[in-house]
Amino acid sequence: MNLSLPHALAVWQRNLAMYRRTWKWNILPNFFEPVFYLTAIGVGLGAYVQQMGGLPYAAFLAPGLVCVAAMNGASFEVTYNIFVRMHFEKTYDAMLTTPVQPDDILAGEVLWAMTRAAIYGGCFYLVTTAWGLTPWHAAPWAVVVIVLSGLLFAAVGLVFSLQIVTIDLFSFYFTLFLTPLFLFSDVFFPLAERLSGIWLWVAEALPLLHPVRLARLGFAHRWSAIMLWDVGYILGVSTLLLLLCHRSIHKRLTA
Amino acid sequence: MVIEARHVVKRFGARVAVAGIDLSVPPGICFGLLGPNGAGKTTTLRMVYGVTRPTAGNVRVFGIDVATDPRAVRSRLGVTLQQNVLIEALSPVENLRVFGRYHLLPHRLLDARVEKLLDFLELRSHAHVPVKQLSGGFQRRLAIALSLVNDPELLILDEPTTGLDPAVRLALWARVRALRAAGKTILLTTHYMDEAQRLCDRVAIVARGKILAEGAPEELIANHLAREALECECDENEVPALLDGLPVAHVLRAGARLTIYADDVASLADAIRRRDGGERRVMVMRPANLEDVFLALTGSTLEESEP
Ligand SMILES: Nc1ncnc2c1ncn2[C@@H]1O[C@H](COP(=O)(O)OP(=O)(O)OP(=O)(O)O)[C@@H](O)[C@H]1O
Ligand SMILES: [Mg+2]
Repeated sequence: MNLSLPHALAVWQRNLAMYRRTWKWNILPNFFEPVFYLTAIGVGLGAYVQQMGGLPYAAFLAPGLVCVAAMNGASFEVTYNIFVRMHFEKTYDAMLTTPVQPDDILAGEVLWAMTRAAIYGGCFYLVTTAWGLTPWHAAPWAVVVIVLSGLLFAAVGLVFSLQIVTIDLFSFYFTLFLTPLFLFSDVFFPLAERLSGIWLWVAEALPLLHPVRLARLGFAHRWSAIMLWDVGYILGVSTLLLLLCHRSIHKRLTA
Repeated sequence: MVIEARHVVKRFGARVAVAGIDLSVPPGICFGLLGPNGAGKTTTLRMVYGVTRPTAGNVRVFGIDVATDPRAVRSRLGVTLQQNVLIEALSPVENLRVFGRYHLLPHRLLDARVEKLLDFLELRSHAHVPVKQLSGGFQRRLAIALSLVNDPELLILDEPTTGLDPAVRLALWARVRALRAAGKTILLTTHYMDEAQRLCDRVAIVARGKILAEGAPEELIANHLAREALECECDENEVPALLDGLPVAHVLRAGARLTIYADDVASLADAIRRRDGGERRVMVMRPANLEDVFLALTGSTLEESEP
């Protein structure tokens, strides 16, 4: 491990410099998306499904969707964007002619993915709060959950991105991995009420489940010991995956 | 020595990219690696600045082993890659600032460097225009400016002028000379023999991962061939009658074309005319160059030979 935080921040700043050019256009869809979701569900589906997990349906959905937004923000960054920087734009080849090392690049990109997650998830949270579906006072906890979601999905996505050789394979990642996660991770219905026995334990392997549970319990101030397991899962799995990334990024960049 | 590479080998699976190269580059000179596509030039450079580990051998730069302390080495050198790596949406100034941060340059110093480089590489006219709107020559100058942002002692240029028009090439050559005059050490690669001949104090001719010959350009030409070359069309069986007994250093045949190397081709041409009788054979006289040396060493031209 040869990590220098200042150099990692220089990598992060590169992305920030680019983002500052386009943020006005980038950030706008982040506000429309939740508005569409909440309208469709509040006006449409919510008329048929009145209660879920003891809450109005839209209020049940909101915390999960905030995590999904964070997941998507991080995922786009560590898949398509990183692949383009690595293979097409050769950004990392240029960085490696300077004192920046592969581990700094890894750390800088993870930080940036977390930043994007914070922007996506943050916008979503603001809209749901303005809508009256999540409380204002949950904001600090929302930041924690969003950043943890960003870390987790930056790590998961990077493991995939550093293995593949063609950009087309990302459609598998999104449709075969992220979409099922989105649908089956407690976001749309309380998973625990639909599963029993061993399946309850199997479901704990789903990465998105943990940020969603953290958000739902924390937003409602129903603090519980299981949240320690969720935080532990996120930090543990992220660390493990980033160690894998540390090895593959060296192989990729310094052949 | 600024660069000291010992028996450096690089294999990619079964493919040998660099097959045992030794390099010694003293401070303050411009050293050229001259070779065709696939010769192993880029791979050699990558091992010099330490981004690729040699399969065997070792490289010291500024006396430091690159494998053990790449950060220390790279903070003192600059590299212009073969392919420009620029942030197209950002302006030259913004690109320079982003790159300066990789070196952790403090704000003040970075500002001063950016100003200096805008002048030195004549970037000021479009300093705030997005890079994607700029010409190839402008982008190349910016790429070189990026590699100078840390005021390096050693500048590595991978094919600095490939694909540029003659005017831009001349302008870049002038910059390289200015940097050398300012005391920097330069290591460049090229497959243009004229570029190597004009810019480099020493060149190494590389093919298939090996150095075939090394020395000052004139020295290489003098040692391997002769000062001048004479080209003419002539059949294989005419050669003895035309050339026997004349002061010829070396003869190369490519199809029907014969190139004869000698120190004084003008009197050689006269002698050949006399032996030809009245026939007006077309003859071209020119100075011998590094391309001829390459041809003599490998039997193929710089442009054509493949790994
Ligand atoms: N990462 C790699 N994996 C496999 N083979 C490689 C790799 N990098 C280079 N090679 C091979 O090594 C050989 C030397 O390549 P290199 O890029 O060093 O040549 P070069 O002299 O720079 O050529 P050019 O003038 O085209 O830039 C080539 O045959 C190339 O295909
Ligand atoms: Mg090359």
